[in-house]
Amino acid sequence: MIKTEKLSKKFGKIKVLQEISLHLCRGQCVALIGPNGCGKTTLIKSILGMVVPSSGTIIVQDKNISNAWAYRKNIGYMPQIGRYPDNMTIGQIFDMMQDIRGEKAGLLDMDLYESFQMKELLNKRMGTLSGGTRQKVSACIAFMFKPEILILDEATAGLDPISTEILKEKIQRERANNKLIIITSHILSDLDELVSEIVYMEEGQLRFHKTIESLKAETETDKLGKAIAHIMLSSKTTVHA
Amino acid sequence: MLKIIKYVISDILRSRTIIAYMVLLLALAFSVLGMESNAEKGIVSLLNIVLFVVPLVSIIFATVYLYNSAEFIELLVSQPLKRTKIWGSIFLGLSGAITLAFLIGVGIPIIIFAWIPSGILLLVCGAGLSAIFVSIALWTAVQIRDKAKGIGLAILLWLYFALLFDALVLFLMFQFSDYPIENGMVALTMLNPIDITRIIILLEVDLSAMMGYTGAIFQNFFGTGGGMTLTAIILLLWITLPFLFSTLNFKKKDL
Repeated sequence: MIKTEKLSKKFGKIKVLQEISLHLCRGQCVALIGPNGCGKTTLIKSILGMVVPSSGTIIVQDKNISNAWAYRKNIGYMPQIGRYPDNMTIGQIFDMMQDIRGEKAGLLDMDLYESFQMKELLNKRMGTLSGGTRQKVSACIAFMFKPEILILDEATAGLDPISTEILKEKIQRERANNKLIIITSHILSDLDELVSEIVYMEEGQLRFHKTIESLKAETETDKLGKAIAHIMLSSKTTVHA
Repeated sequence: MLKIIKYVISDILRSRTIIAYMVLLLALAFSVLGMESNAEKGIVSLLNIVLFVVPLVSIIFATVYLYNSAEFIELLVSQPLKRTKIWGSIFLGLSGAITLAFLIGVGIPIIIFAWIPSGILLLVCGAGLSAIFVSIALWTAVQIRDKAKGIGLAILLWLYFALLFDALVLFLMFQFSDYPIENGMVALTMLNPIDITRIIILLEVDLSAMMGYTGAIFQNFFGTGGGMTLTAIILLLWITLPFLFSTLNFKKKDL
């Protein structure tokens, strides 16, 4: 569903992404992990067309996305820091998104909207919201339009335990619906039950792309956290050696 | 596209700055035109205020709005919308709101006190200036990420068009006063939309005699149909070119 070929991005002299080639398919739930500043968000933003790659191609659902825009109809995106116009209310944001997407109110997926009890918050201004509530708004919008691809950047950061569980259950349900889900997170225990594949990035380079089973088997651990720690440590020793 | 324009305008109206601008223009225009018994004299006094206030407010307001709505633009770009459409809607929304405020603020007093050709011309030119300076603001704001630097550049550009350019022209005139530079002066004027507007309106109220021989040359050029058409085209270019360049930049911008 999403394919990148030799994707590179430079910000000035800094190489943020270096020749990333990835192939992600329907029904997968992919965890994109790596240290801070390794290029995860830039990769996601390139797929969304918010960052224009320096070289390489990105293909979403068999179409090259350079200068395209209609493909974003099939993507639900939950940004790392949901930033919305401060003087709009939550209700106005929802109305605007529905208006822009041109979707009929009856066909929307209102699961999260109801479980997060958004109805009681509709008149609150975005500028007054806490970080967690903003995350909930972002999550509702990402899932609302029943997209084929879900991209969740630091989805669970800032959410309380109950909301995290609600979101995780929703993600599992959507995965069962044969959708492609990409998650980045530093909270590996959250990912453990969700993901089927791991994409590990470091300094703008793709280190590996494996299924979670083979990763656990290789590192001889049963927890994702331990497996990743194992890899981070071993990659450090190779750097120093 | 209409949807985004609608959200841009409703967002601008919520900030109330634009309402304050409209009230300020209303107060200024009413007091200037109300005090002057001769409508044409009133228009000339009002002209000087308009040429000072309209470019300043248009460029600063548009720049500040663009930086403050960085989040809104980011949100729109991640949606299934074409970038050129987003940018075009922002331009139309911004210039539409500012021009409307100008037309109400100066238009009502002109309709009441000075409904004469030069008054109507002042309205058309002021609306054009609003759009021109919004367009310039778009071009600078898309290139500079830092808000403080961006607003600083907007102020500098305004200073350049409102004051420095005239000083430069005067300097050149004194340096080359021994040569026949009158036609060159007309060409030089085209580089500053504020000057174009000023000259068009001064000629309309027949003050060209005050400008000496150069005034006669201006009268010769702007007084003809061809000269007027060319000036209108150049004012339109001042609106479209900065906007086009900014669109090219926005298409490739990383958000």
